[in-house]
Amino acid sequence: MRDAIPEFNKSQPGGGVGLSGVSLAAGTGTRTRKEIAIILLVAVVVIGGLEVLLRWFEVPHYILPPPSAIAAALVKEFPLLLPHLRDTLICLFAGFGIGASIGLILAAVVTQKPFVEKVITPYILILVTTPMLALVPLLILRFGFGYTPRIIAVALAAGPMVMINAATGFRRTDSAKIALARSYGASVLQIFWKIRAPMALPMILVGLMIGAIFGLLTCVGAEMVGGGFGLGNRLTTYSSMINMPEFFAVIMILSIMGIVLYVLFFLIGKKWASWET
Amino acid sequence: MAVATEGARLSIRGAGKRYGDLQAIADVTFDVGRNTILSIVGPSGCGKTTLLWSMSGLHGLSEGQVLLDGQAITGPHPEIGLVFQEANLLPWRNLMQNILFPWEVKRQKPDMAWIDHLVDRVGLKGFETRMPRELSGGMQQRASIVRALSLRPSVLLMDEPFGALDAFTREEMNRLVEEIWLETKTTIVFITHSIEEAIFLSDRVLVLSKRPGRVMADYPVPFPRPRSLETMASREVFDLTNRIKADIYGQTSLRAAAE
Ligand SMILES: Nc1ncnc2c1ncn2[C@@H]1O[C@H](COP(=O)(O)OP(=O)(O)O)[C@@H](O)[C@H]1O
Ligand SMILES: [Mg+2]
Repeated sequence: MRDAIPEFNKSQPGGGVGLSGVSLAAGTGTRTRKEIAIILLVAVVVIGGLEVLLRWFEVPHYILPPPSAIAAALVKEFPLLLPHLRDTLICLFAGFGIGASIGLILAAVVTQKPFVEKVITPYILILVTTPMLALVPLLILRFGFGYTPRIIAVALAAGPMVMINAATGFRRTDSAKIALARSYGASVLQIFWKIRAPMALPMILVGLMIGAIFGLLTCVGAEMVGGGFGLGNRLTTYSSMINMPEFFAVIMILSIMGIVLYVLFFLIGKKWASWET
Repeated sequence: MAVATEGARLSIRGAGKRYGDLQAIADVTFDVGRNTILSIVGPSGCGKTTLLWSMSGLHGLSEGQVLLDGQAITGPHPEIGLVFQEANLLPWRNLMQNILFPWEVKRQKPDMAWIDHLVDRVGLKGFETRMPRELSGGMQQRASIVRALSLRPSVLLMDEPFGALDAFTREEMNRLVEEIWLETKTTIVFITHSIEEAIFLSDRVLVLSKRPGRVMADYPVPFPRPRSLETMASREVFDLTNRIKADIYGQTSLRAAAE
Protein backbone atom coordinates (compact mmCIF):
# COMPACT_ATOMS: atom_id res chain seq x y z
CA MET A 1 0.00 0.00 0.00
CA ARG A 2 2.74 2.38 1.02
CA ASP A 3 4.76 1.55 -2.06
CA ALA A 4 1.83 2.26 -4.31
CA ILE A 5 1.52 5.80 -3.01
CA PRO A 6 4.97 7.33 -2.86
CA GLU A 7 5.82 10.09 -0.43
CA PHE A 8 6.10 13.56 -1.86
CA ASN A 9 9.83 13.97 -1.49
CA LYS A 10 10.82 10.49 -2.61
CA SER A 11 11.27 10.20 -6.33
CA GLN A 12 9.56 7.33 -8.04
CA PRO A 13 11.50 5.66 -10.84
CA GLY A 14 9.28 5.51 -13.89
CA GLY A 15 7.58 2.24 -14.74
CA GLY A 16 8.16 0.73 -11.32
CA VAL A 17 4.64 -0.61 -11.06
CA GLY A 18 3.92 -3.42 -13.45
CA LEU A 19 0.49 -2.95 -14.93
CA SER A 20 0.19 -6.18 -16.82
CA GLY A 21 -0.09 -4.51 -20.25
CA VAL A 22 3.11 -5.87 -21.70
CA SER A 23 2.79 -9.47 -20.65
CA LEU A 24 -0.87 -9.51 -21.67
CA ALA A 25 -0.01 -8.23 -25.11
CA ALA A 26 2.67 -10.86 -25.52
CA GLY A 27 0.21 -13.54 -24.51
CA THR A 28 -2.37 -12.38 -27.01
CA GLY A 29 0.30 -12.21 -29.70
CA THR A 30 1.30 -15.86 -29.52
CA ARG A 31 -2.29 -16.99 -29.14
CA THR A 32 -3.30 -14.97 -32.18
CA ARG A 33 -0.68 -16.67 -34.32
CA LYS A 34 -1.98 -20.07 -33.27
CA GLU A 35 -5.54 -18.92 -33.87
CA ILE A 36 -4.65 -17.70 -37.35
CA ALA A 37 -3.12 -21.08 -38.17
CA ILE A 38 -6.29 -22.86 -37.04
CA ILE A 39 -8.54 -20.46 -38.92
CA LEU A 40 -6.52 -21.00 -42.11
CA LEU A 41 -6.55 -24.75 -41.60
CA VAL A 42 -10.32 -24.81 -41.15
CA ALA A 43 -10.75 -22.66 -44.28
CA VAL A 44 -8.58 -25.05 -46.32
CA VAL A 45 -10.50 -28.07 -45.02
CA VAL A 46 -13.91 -26.50 -45.70
CA ILE A 47 -13.08 -25.26 -49.19
CA GLY A 48 -11.10 -28.37 -50.11
CA GLY A 49 -13.82 -30.59 -48.65
CA LEU A 50 -16.47 -28.74 -50.64
CA GLU A 51 -14.43 -29.16 -53.80
CA VAL A 52 -13.98 -32.90 -53.22
CA LEU A 53 -17.62 -33.50 -52.24
CA LEU A 54 -19.07 -31.51 -55.14
CA ARG A 55 -16.88 -33.45 -57.59
CA TRP A 56 -17.43 -36.82 -55.87
CA PHE A 57 -21.23 -36.54 -56.03
CA GLU A 58 -21.04 -34.90 -59.44
CA VAL A 59 -23.25 -32.00 -58.35
CA PRO A 60 -24.23 -30.08 -61.49
CA HIS A 61 -22.58 -26.65 -61.88
CA TYR A 62 -25.92 -24.86 -62.06
CA ILE A 63 -26.70 -25.94 -58.50
CA LEU A 64 -23.32 -25.23 -56.92
CA PRO A 65 -20.09 -25.00 -58.87
CA PRO A 66 -16.93 -26.27 -57.12
CA PRO A 67 -14.67 -23.61 -55.53
CA SER A 68 -12.01 -24.11 -58.21
CA ALA A 69 -14.50 -23.25 -60.96
CA ILE A 70 -15.60 -20.14 -59.04
CA ALA A 71 -11.98 -19.07 -58.57
CA ALA A 72 -11.29 -19.61 -62.26
CA ALA A 73 -14.37 -17.59 -63.21
CA LEU A 74 -13.33 -14.84 -60.81
CA VAL A 75 -9.92 -14.56 -62.46
CA LYS A 76 -11.29 -14.79 -66.00
CA GLU A 77 -14.22 -12.40 -65.54
CA PHE A 78 -12.55 -9.92 -63.23
CA PRO A 79 -11.52 -7.42 -65.94
CA LEU A 80 -15.11 -7.46 -67.19
CA LEU A 81 -16.48 -7.11 -63.66
CA LEU A 82 -14.20 -4.23 -62.75
CA PRO A 83 -16.38 -1.42 -64.24
CA HIS A 84 -19.39 -2.91 -62.46
CA LEU A 85 -17.46 -3.05 -59.21
CA ARG A 86 -16.64 0.62 -59.73
CA ASP A 87 -20.33 1.43 -60.31
CA THR A 88 -21.33 -0.41 -57.13
CA LEU A 89 -18.65 1.37 -55.12
CA ILE A 90 -19.77 4.76 -56.48
CA CYS A 91 -23.37 4.07 -55.45
CA LEU A 92 -22.34 2.72 -52.10
CA PHE A 93 -19.93 5.49 -51.15
CA ALA A 94 -22.05 8.33 -52.49
CA GLY A 95 -25.22 7.00 -50.88
CA PHE A 96 -23.51 6.08 -47.63
CA GLY A 97 -21.64 9.39 -47.50
CA ILE A 98 -24.81 11.40 -47.98
CA GLY A 99 -26.95 9.25 -45.68
CA ALA A 100 -24.37 8.98 -42.91
CA SER A 101 -23.63 12.73 -42.94
CA ILE A 102 -27.30 13.63 -42.70
CA GLY A 103 -27.83 10.95 -40.06
CA LEU A 104 -24.91 12.18 -37.96
CA ILE A 105 -25.90 15.82 -38.15
CA LEU A 106 -29.54 15.02 -37.38
CA ALA A 107 -28.52 12.89 -34.41
CA ALA A 108 -26.24 15.61 -33.01
CA VAL A 109 -28.86 18.33 -33.43
CA VAL A 110 -31.93 16.40 -32.40
CA THR A 111 -30.47 15.04 -29.16
CA GLN A 112 -29.92 18.60 -27.93
CA LYS A 113 -33.69 19.02 -27.69
CA PRO A 114 -35.47 16.05 -26.10
CA PHE A 115 -38.84 17.26 -27.37
CA VAL A 116 -37.70 17.52 -31.00
CA GLU A 117 -36.24 14.06 -30.62
CA LYS A 118 -39.54 12.65 -29.41
CA VAL A 119 -41.33 14.14 -32.40
CA ILE A 120 -38.80 12.92 -34.95
CA THR A 121 -37.92 9.45 -33.65
CA PRO A 122 -41.04 7.60 -34.89
CA TYR A 123 -40.27 8.65 -38.47
CA ILE A 124 -36.68 7.56 -38.16
CA LEU A 125 -37.88 4.23 -36.80
CA ILE A 126 -40.17 3.80 -39.80
CA LEU A 127 -37.22 4.56 -42.09
CA VAL A 128 -35.06 2.05 -40.23
CA THR A 129 -37.59 -0.75 -40.35
CA THR A 130 -38.88 -0.25 -43.89
CA PRO A 131 -36.73 -2.06 -46.46
CA MET A 132 -35.67 0.81 -48.69
CA LEU A 133 -35.36 -1.67 -51.54
CA ALA A 134 -39.15 -1.52 -51.79
CA LEU A 135 -38.88 2.11 -52.85
CA VAL A 136 -36.48 1.47 -55.72
CA PRO A 137 -39.11 0.91 -58.46
CA LEU A 138 -40.73 4.17 -57.43
CA LEU A 139 -37.38 5.99 -57.38
CA ILE A 140 -36.59 4.62 -60.84
CA LEU A 141 -39.90 5.96 -62.15
CA ARG A 142 -39.01 9.36 -60.79
CA PHE A 143 -35.23 9.50 -61.39
CA GLY A 144 -34.65 7.12 -64.29
CA PHE A 145 -32.14 4.28 -64.59
CA GLY A 146 -28.92 6.11 -63.65
CA TYR A 147 -27.05 6.29 -60.37
CA THR A 148 -29.52 8.64 -58.74
CA PRO A 149 -32.26 6.25 -57.56
CA ARG A 150 -29.64 3.82 -56.27
CA ILE A 151 -27.73 6.48 -54.37
CA ILE A 152 -30.97 7.72 -52.84
CA ALA A 153 -31.94 4.19 -51.81
CA VAL A 154 -28.53 3.59 -50.21
CA ALA A 155 -28.71 6.93 -48.40
CA LEU A 156 -32.19 6.10 -47.15
CA ALA A 157 -31.03 2.71 -45.92
CA ALA A 158 -27.80 3.85 -44.26
CA GLY A 159 -28.82 7.28 -42.92
CA PRO A 160 -31.50 6.30 -40.41
CA MET A 161 -29.35 3.42 -39.18
CA VAL A 162 -26.48 5.82 -38.51
CA MET A 163 -28.84 8.38 -37.04
CA ILE A 164 -30.51 6.06 -34.55
CA ASN A 165 -27.23 4.66 -33.22
CA ALA A 166 -25.48 8.02 -33.13
CA ALA A 167 -28.45 9.49 -31.27
CA THR A 168 -28.08 6.77 -28.65
CA GLY A 169 -24.45 7.85 -28.34
CA PHE A 170 -25.17 11.57 -28.14
CA ARG A 171 -27.89 10.96 -25.57
CA ARG A 172 -25.33 9.49 -23.18
CA THR A 173 -24.66 12.83 -21.56
CA ASP A 174 -22.57 12.75 -18.46
CA SER A 175 -23.39 15.90 -16.52
CA ALA A 176 -20.21 15.65 -14.44
CA LYS A 177 -18.02 15.60 -17.57
CA ILE A 178 -19.90 18.50 -19.11
CA ALA A 179 -19.60 20.38 -15.81
CA LEU A 180 -15.87 19.67 -15.87
CA ALA A 181 -15.56 21.34 -19.26
CA ARG A 182 -17.80 24.21 -18.21
CA SER A 183 -15.73 24.79 -15.08
CA TYR A 184 -12.85 25.70 -17.39
CA GLY A 185 -15.08 28.02 -19.36
CA ALA A 186 -15.67 25.70 -22.34
CA SER A 187 -18.02 26.97 -25.05
CA VAL A 188 -21.00 24.98 -26.30
CA LEU A 189 -18.97 24.01 -29.35
CA GLN A 190 -16.01 22.90 -27.25
CA ILE A 191 -18.30 20.84 -25.07
CA PHE A 192 -19.66 19.21 -28.21
CA TRP A 193 -16.29 18.38 -29.76
CA LYS A 194 -14.38 17.55 -26.59
CA ILE A 195 -17.04 15.79 -24.52
CA ARG A 196 -20.20 14.82 -26.37
CA ALA A 197 -18.63 13.66 -29.62
CA PRO A 198 -15.91 11.44 -28.13
CA MET A 199 -18.46 10.01 -25.71
CA ALA A 200 -20.80 9.18 -28.61
CA LEU A 201 -18.03 7.84 -30.85
CA PRO A 202 -18.34 4.13 -29.97
CA MET A 203 -22.06 4.18 -30.81
CA ILE A 204 -21.44 6.30 -33.90
CA LEU A 205 -19.00 3.69 -35.18
CA VAL A 206 -21.53 0.92 -34.58
CA GLY A 207 -24.08 2.97 -36.54
CA LEU A 208 -21.64 3.59 -39.38
CA MET A 209 -20.77 -0.09 -39.59
CA ILE A 210 -24.37 -1.28 -39.67
CA GLY A 211 -25.27 1.56 -42.00
CA ALA A 212 -22.50 0.60 -44.42
CA ILE A 213 -23.55 -3.05 -44.48
CA PHE A 214 -27.22 -2.10 -44.97
CA GLY A 215 -26.09 0.31 -47.67
CA LEU A 216 -24.27 -2.48 -49.49
CA LEU A 217 -27.35 -4.74 -49.33
CA THR A 218 -29.60 -1.99 -50.62
CA CYS A 219 -27.11 -1.01 -53.31
CA VAL A 220 -26.92 -4.53 -54.72
CA GLY A 221 -30.68 -4.96 -54.49
CA ALA A 222 -31.27 -1.68 -56.30
CA GLU A 223 -28.85 -2.77 -59.02
CA MET A 224 -30.72 -6.03 -59.46
CA VAL A 225 -33.93 -4.09 -59.97
CA GLY A 226 -32.46 -1.15 -61.85
CA GLY A 227 -30.59 -3.11 -64.50
CA GLY A 228 -27.82 -1.97 -66.84
CA PHE A 229 -24.76 -1.81 -64.59
CA GLY A 230 -23.36 -2.65 -61.17
CA LEU A 231 -22.51 -5.95 -59.50
CA GLY A 232 -26.16 -6.54 -58.60
CA ASN A 233 -27.04 -6.32 -62.24
CA ARG A 234 -24.31 -8.87 -63.04
CA LEU A 235 -25.95 -11.26 -60.59
CA THR A 236 -29.30 -11.13 -62.45
CA THR A 237 -27.56 -11.37 -65.82
CA TYR A 238 -25.36 -14.36 -64.90
CA SER A 239 -28.18 -16.24 -63.21
CA SER A 240 -30.50 -15.71 -66.18
CA MET A 241 -27.79 -17.19 -68.38
CA ILE A 242 -27.14 -19.94 -65.82
CA ASN A 243 -23.46 -18.93 -65.64
CA MET A 244 -23.12 -20.21 -62.13
CA PRO A 245 -19.33 -19.99 -61.61
CA GLU A 246 -19.48 -16.33 -62.71
CA PHE A 247 -22.53 -15.76 -60.52
CA PHE A 248 -20.70 -17.06 -57.48
CA ALA A 249 -17.59 -15.10 -58.42
CA VAL A 250 -19.71 -11.93 -58.06
CA ILE A 251 -21.08 -13.20 -54.76
CA MET A 252 -17.47 -13.67 -53.64
CA ILE A 253 -16.62 -10.06 -54.52
CA LEU A 254 -19.67 -8.83 -52.63
CA SER A 255 -18.89 -10.79 -49.50
CA ILE A 256 -15.30 -9.56 -49.60
CA MET A 257 -16.64 -6.01 -49.81
CA GLY A 258 -18.84 -6.65 -46.79
CA ILE A 259 -15.95 -8.10 -44.83
CA VAL A 260 -13.68 -5.20 -45.76
CA LEU A 261 -16.31 -2.74 -44.53
CA TYR A 262 -16.69 -4.65 -41.30
CA VAL A 263 -12.95 -4.93 -40.67
CA LEU A 264 -12.46 -1.25 -41.53
CA PHE A 265 -14.91 -0.08 -38.88
CA PHE A 266 -13.66 -2.69 -36.45
CA LEU A 267 -10.13 -1.32 -36.77
CA ILE A 268 -11.29 2.29 -36.49
CA GLY A 269 -13.21 1.32 -33.37
CA LYS A 270 -10.20 -0.44 -31.93
CA LYS A 271 -8.07 2.64 -32.47
CA TRP A 272 -10.52 5.35 -31.38
CA ALA A 273 -13.15 3.74 -29.18
CA SER A 274 -11.28 1.04 -27.29
CA TRP A 275 -11.44 3.09 -24.08
CA GLU A 276 -14.97 1.88 -23.56
CA THR A 277 -14.27 -1.83 -23.17
CA MET B 1 -26.20 44.11 -0.35
CA ALA B 2 -24.05 41.27 0.88
CA VAL B 3 -20.80 42.33 2.48
CA ALA B 4 -17.75 40.13 2.79
CA THR B 5 -16.06 39.66 6.12
CA GLU B 6 -12.70 41.36 6.39
CA GLY B 7 -9.87 38.96 5.50
CA ALA B 8 -12.19 36.24 4.22
CA ARG B 9 -11.28 34.65 0.93
CA LEU B 10 -14.76 33.36 0.21
CA SER B 11 -17.97 34.64 1.71
CA ILE B 12 -21.21 32.75 1.30
CA ARG B 13 -24.16 34.99 2.08
CA GLY B 14 -27.67 33.63 2.56
CA ALA B 15 -27.17 31.04 -0.15
CA GLY B 16 -30.30 29.13 -1.18
CA LYS B 17 -30.83 26.86 -4.17
CA ARG B 18 -34.01 25.29 -5.44
CA TYR B 19 -34.35 22.64 -8.15
CA GLY B 20 -37.96 23.18 -9.12
CA ASP B 21 -39.91 22.43 -5.95
CA LEU B 22 -36.95 20.90 -4.18
CA GLN B 23 -35.09 23.19 -1.82
CA ALA B 24 -31.56 21.79 -1.78
CA ILE B 25 -29.88 24.35 0.47
CA ALA B 26 -31.33 27.26 2.43
CA ASP B 27 -29.85 30.36 3.98
CA VAL B 28 -26.27 29.15 4.10
CA THR B 29 -23.88 31.77 5.43
CA PHE B 30 -20.22 31.33 6.29
CA ASP B 31 -16.75 32.60 5.43
CA VAL B 32 -13.61 30.80 4.38
CA GLY B 33 -10.45 32.36 5.70
CA ARG B 34 -7.49 33.01 3.42
CA ASN B 35 -5.15 29.99 3.09
CA THR B 36 -7.23 27.85 5.40
CA ILE B 37 -8.82 24.46 4.93
CA LEU B 38 -12.52 24.31 5.67
CA SER B 39 -14.36 21.00 5.63
CA ILE B 40 -18.07 20.59 5.15
CA VAL B 41 -19.72 17.43 6.43
CA GLY B 42 -23.37 16.48 6.27
CA PRO B 43 -25.70 13.63 5.43
CA SER B 44 -25.80 12.58 1.80
CA GLY B 45 -28.32 14.49 -0.27
CA CYS B 46 -28.18 17.52 2.03
CA GLY B 47 -26.89 19.77 -0.72
CA LYS B 48 -23.11 19.70 -0.33
CA THR B 49 -22.43 19.33 -4.05
CA THR B 50 -25.08 21.95 -4.79
CA LEU B 51 -23.32 24.37 -2.45
CA LEU B 52 -19.88 23.66 -3.88
CA TRP B 53 -21.03 24.03 -7.47
CA SER B 54 -22.50 27.41 -6.56
CA MET B 55 -19.18 28.40 -5.00
CA SER B 56 -17.36 27.38 -8.19
CA GLY B 57 -19.74 29.38 -10.37
CA LEU B 58 -20.94 26.25 -12.18
CA HIS B 59 -24.52 27.11 -11.37
CA GLY B 60 -26.25 30.12 -9.89
CA LEU B 61 -28.07 30.43 -6.59
CA SER B 62 -31.79 30.98 -6.13
CA GLU B 63 -31.06 33.31 -3.22
CA GLY B 64 -27.94 34.86 -1.80
CA GLN B 65 -24.44 35.31 -3.12
CA VAL B 66 -20.96 33.87 -3.17
CA LEU B 67 -18.19 36.44 -2.91
CA LEU B 68 -14.56 35.85 -3.80
CA ASP B 69 -12.40 38.59 -2.28
CA GLY B 70 -15.59 40.62 -1.98
CA GLN B 71 -16.58 40.17 -5.65
CA ALA B 72 -19.74 38.24 -6.50
CA ILE B 73 -19.14 35.04 -8.46
CA THR B 74 -21.30 34.82 -11.56
CA GLY B 75 -19.65 32.03 -13.51
CA PRO B 76 -16.61 29.74 -13.62
CA HIS B 77 -13.68 31.70 -12.24
CA PRO B 78 -10.01 31.19 -13.16
CA GLU B 79 -8.94 31.55 -9.52
CA ILE B 80 -11.17 28.66 -8.47
CA GLY B 81 -10.28 25.02 -9.10
CA LEU B 82 -12.79 22.24 -8.64
CA VAL B 83 -12.01 18.60 -7.89
CA PHE B 84 -15.05 16.51 -8.66
CA GLN B 85 -16.72 13.70 -6.79
CA GLU B 86 -15.08 10.58 -8.25
CA ALA B 87 -12.07 11.44 -10.38
CA ASN B 88 -14.15 12.47 -13.40
CA LEU B 89 -11.34 11.79 -15.85
CA LEU B 90 -12.22 11.57 -19.54
CA PRO B 91 -11.81 7.86 -20.32
CA TRP B 92 -10.79 8.44 -23.96
CA ARG B 93 -7.77 10.52 -22.95
CA ASN B 94 -4.61 9.28 -21.34
CA LEU B 95 -3.44 10.68 -18.04
CA MET B 96 -1.41 13.57 -19.45
CA GLN B 97 -4.10 14.45 -22.00
CA ASN B 98 -6.54 14.60 -19.10
CA ILE B 99 -4.27 16.91 -17.15
CA LEU B 100 -3.85 19.16 -20.18
CA PHE B 101 -7.60 19.30 -20.86
CA PRO B 102 -8.16 22.63 -19.03
CA TRP B 103 -5.33 24.24 -20.97
CA GLU B 104 -6.76 22.95 -24.21
CA VAL B 105 -10.17 24.39 -23.40
CA LYS B 106 -8.61 27.72 -22.47
CA ARG B 107 -6.38 27.61 -25.57
CA GLN B 108 -3.32 28.35 -23.46
CA LYS B 109 0.15 26.94 -23.71
CA PRO B 110 0.47 24.59 -20.73
CA ASP B 111 3.02 25.34 -18.03
CA MET B 112 4.81 22.03 -18.51
CA ALA B 113 7.47 22.63 -15.87
CA TRP B 114 4.79 23.10 -13.21
CA ILE B 115 2.70 20.21 -14.51
CA ASP B 116 5.67 17.84 -14.57
CA HIS B 117 6.54 18.93 -11.06
CA LEU B 118 2.98 18.21 -9.87
CA VAL B 119 2.87 14.85 -11.65
CA ASP B 120 6.12 13.94 -9.95
CA ARG B 121 4.96 15.18 -6.56
CA VAL B 122 1.84 13.04 -6.56
CA GLY B 123 3.81 10.00 -7.75
CA LEU B 124 2.35 9.70 -11.23
CA LYS B 125 5.62 10.09 -13.09
CA GLY B 126 5.97 7.32 -15.67
CA PHE B 127 2.20 6.91 -15.98
CA GLU B 128 1.60 9.87 -18.29
CA THR B 129 0.51 7.77 -21.26
CA ARG B 130 -1.67 5.33 -19.30
CA MET B 131 -5.40 5.38 -19.92
CA PRO B 132 -7.63 6.06 -16.89
CA ARG B 133 -8.96 2.49 -16.84
CA GLU B 134 -5.39 1.26 -16.38
CA LEU B 135 -5.01 3.32 -13.20
CA SER B 136 -6.20 2.60 -9.67
CA GLY B 137 -8.87 4.79 -8.09
CA GLY B 138 -6.26 6.60 -6.03
CA MET B 139 -4.11 7.32 -9.08
CA GLN B 140 -7.12 8.60 -10.98
CA GLN B 141 -8.00 10.95 -8.16
CA ARG B 142 -4.40 12.16 -7.95
CA ALA B 143 -4.51 12.88 -11.68
CA SER B 144 -7.70 14.85 -11.22
CA ILE B 145 -6.09 16.87 -8.43
CA VAL B 146 -3.12 17.63 -10.68
CA ARG B 147 -5.57 18.66 -13.41
CA ALA B 148 -7.20 21.13 -11.02
CA LEU B 149 -3.88 22.40 -9.60
CA SER B 150 -2.18 22.78 -12.97
CA LEU B 151 -3.87 26.14 -13.53
CA ARG B 152 -2.60 27.37 -10.15
CA PRO B 153 -5.99 28.22 -8.68
CA SER B 154 -5.79 30.09 -5.39
CA VAL B 155 -9.02 28.46 -4.20
CA LEU B 156 -9.48 24.70 -4.44
CA LEU B 157 -12.94 23.21 -3.98
CA MET B 158 -12.95 19.45 -3.43
CA ASP B 159 -16.17 17.45 -3.57
CA GLU B 160 -15.83 14.19 -1.62
CA PRO B 161 -12.66 13.51 -3.58
CA PHE B 162 -11.75 10.32 -1.74
CA GLY B 163 -15.21 8.94 -1.03
CA ALA B 164 -14.68 5.97 -3.32
CA LEU B 165 -11.23 5.03 -2.03
CA ASP B 166 -10.28 2.43 0.56
CA ALA B 167 -9.28 3.62 4.02
CA PHE B 168 -5.52 3.25 3.51
CA THR B 169 -5.40 5.04 0.20
CA ARG B 170 -7.62 7.68 1.68
CA GLU B 171 -5.21 8.42 4.54
CA GLU B 172 -2.34 8.72 2.08
CA MET B 173 -4.41 11.07 -0.03
CA ASN B 174 -5.25 13.20 3.00
CA ARG B 175 -1.57 13.61 3.74
CA LEU B 176 -1.06 14.49 0.08
CA VAL B 177 -3.70 17.23 0.27
CA GLU B 178 -2.09 18.68 3.38
CA GLU B 179 1.32 18.73 1.71
CA ILE B 180 -0.07 20.32 -1.41
CA TRP B 181 -1.77 22.90 0.76
CA LEU B 182 1.48 23.63 2.62
CA GLU B 183 3.31 24.02 -0.69
CA THR B 184 0.77 25.98 -2.71
CA LYS B 185 -0.95 27.93 0.07
CA THR B 186 -4.33 27.67 -1.54
CA THR B 187 -7.61 28.14 0.24
CA ILE B 188 -9.33 24.76 0.33
CA VAL B 189 -12.98 23.87 0.81
CA PHE B 190 -13.23 20.15 1.32
CA ILE B 191 -16.48 18.21 1.28
CA THR B 192 -16.47 14.80 2.87
CA HIS B 193 -18.66 12.41 4.75
CA SER B 194 -15.71 11.20 6.80
CA ILE B 195 -15.51 13.11 10.08
CA GLU B 196 -12.01 11.77 10.67
CA GLU B 197 -10.87 13.12 7.32
CA ALA B 198 -12.46 16.49 8.07
CA ILE B 199 -10.73 16.77 11.43
CA PHE B 200 -7.37 15.60 10.09
CA LEU B 201 -7.35 18.17 7.29
CA SER B 202 -9.20 21.24 8.39
CA ASP B 203 -8.89 24.44 10.32
CA ARG B 204 -12.66 24.45 10.61
CA VAL B 205 -15.46 21.95 10.16
CA LEU B 206 -18.95 23.02 9.11
CA VAL B 207 -21.85 20.66 9.69
CA LEU B 208 -24.78 20.91 7.31
CA SER B 209 -28.24 19.81 8.36
CA LYS B 210 -30.22 17.38 6.24
CA ARG B 211 -32.07 18.80 3.27
CA PRO B 212 -32.54 21.68 2.91
CA GLY B 213 -28.93 22.05 3.98
CA ARG B 214 -28.25 24.78 6.53
CA VAL B 215 -25.14 25.39 8.61
CA MET B 216 -26.03 23.77 11.92
CA ALA B 217 -22.60 23.84 13.56
CA ASP B 218 -19.20 25.38 12.96
CA TYR B 219 -16.23 23.93 14.86
CA PRO B 220 -12.67 25.25 14.89
CA VAL B 221 -10.07 22.48 14.78
CA PRO B 222 -7.24 23.86 16.89
CA PHE B 223 -4.86 20.88 16.82
CA PRO B 224 -1.31 21.59 15.58
CA ARG B 225 -0.22 20.34 12.16
CA PRO B 226 0.81 17.92 10.90
CA ARG B 227 -1.70 15.91 12.87
CA SER B 228 0.00 12.78 14.05
CA LEU B 229 -1.59 9.43 14.81
CA GLU B 230 -1.35 10.38 18.50
CA THR B 231 -3.22 13.63 17.94
CA MET B 232 -5.86 11.83 15.91
CA ALA B 233 -6.26 9.28 18.70
CA SER B 234 -6.46 11.94 21.43
CA ARG B 235 -9.35 12.61 23.77
CA GLU B 236 -9.97 16.04 22.15
CA VAL B 237 -10.33 14.59 18.67
CA PHE B 238 -12.58 11.86 20.04
CA ASP B 239 -14.82 14.44 21.71
CA LEU B 240 -14.99 16.63 18.61
CA THR B 241 -15.81 13.60 16.48
CA ASN B 242 -18.66 12.69 18.80
CA ARG B 243 -20.06 16.20 18.83
CA ILE B 244 -20.10 16.28 15.05
CA LYS B 245 -21.70 12.84 14.99
CA ALA B 246 -24.29 14.02 17.46
CA ASP B 247 -25.05 16.99 15.21
CA ILE B 248 -25.45 14.77 12.19
CA TYR B 249 -27.47 11.98 13.73
CA GLY B 250 -29.22 14.24 16.25
CA GLN B 251 -28.42 11.76 18.98
CA THR B 252 -28.51 13.63 22.28
CA SER B 253 -27.18 10.65 24.16
CA LEU B 254 -23.95 10.79 22.17
CA ARG B 255 -23.71 14.52 22.78
CA ALA B 256 -24.12 13.97 26.50
CA ALA B 257 -21.40 11.34 26.42
CA ALA B 258 -19.08 13.76 24.67
CA GLU B 259 -19.61 16.57 27.14
N1 LIG C 1 -29.62 19.07 -11.13
C1 LIG C 1 -30.49 18.70 -10.20
N2 LIG C 1 -31.82 18.71 -10.45
C2 LIG C 1 -32.71 18.35 -9.50
N3 LIG C 1 -32.38 17.94 -8.26
C3 LIG C 1 -31.07 17.91 -7.94
C4 LIG C 1 -30.07 18.27 -8.89
N4 LIG C 1 -28.85 18.14 -8.30
C5 LIG C 1 -29.11 17.70 -7.04
N5 LIG C 1 -30.43 17.57 -6.83
C6 LIG C 1 -31.07 17.17 -5.56
O1 LIG C 1 -30.69 18.10 -4.58
C7 LIG C 1 -30.38 17.45 -3.36
C8 LIG C 1 -28.98 17.76 -2.95
O2 LIG C 1 -28.08 17.14 -3.84
P1 LIG C 1 -26.50 17.22 -3.69
O3 LIG C 1 -26.10 18.65 -3.64
O4 LIG C 1 -25.90 16.40 -4.77
O5 LIG C 1 -26.29 16.55 -2.26
P2 LIG C 1 -24.97 15.94 -1.60
O6 LIG C 1 -23.80 16.35 -2.44
O7 LIG C 1 -24.94 16.53 -0.23
O8 LIG C 1 -25.14 14.47 -1.54
C9 LIG C 1 -30.63 15.97 -3.60
O9 LIG C 1 -31.90 15.65 -3.12
C10 LIG C 1 -30.56 15.82 -5.09
O10 LIG C 1 -31.41 14.78 -5.52
MG1 LIG D 1 -22.39 15.22 -3.47
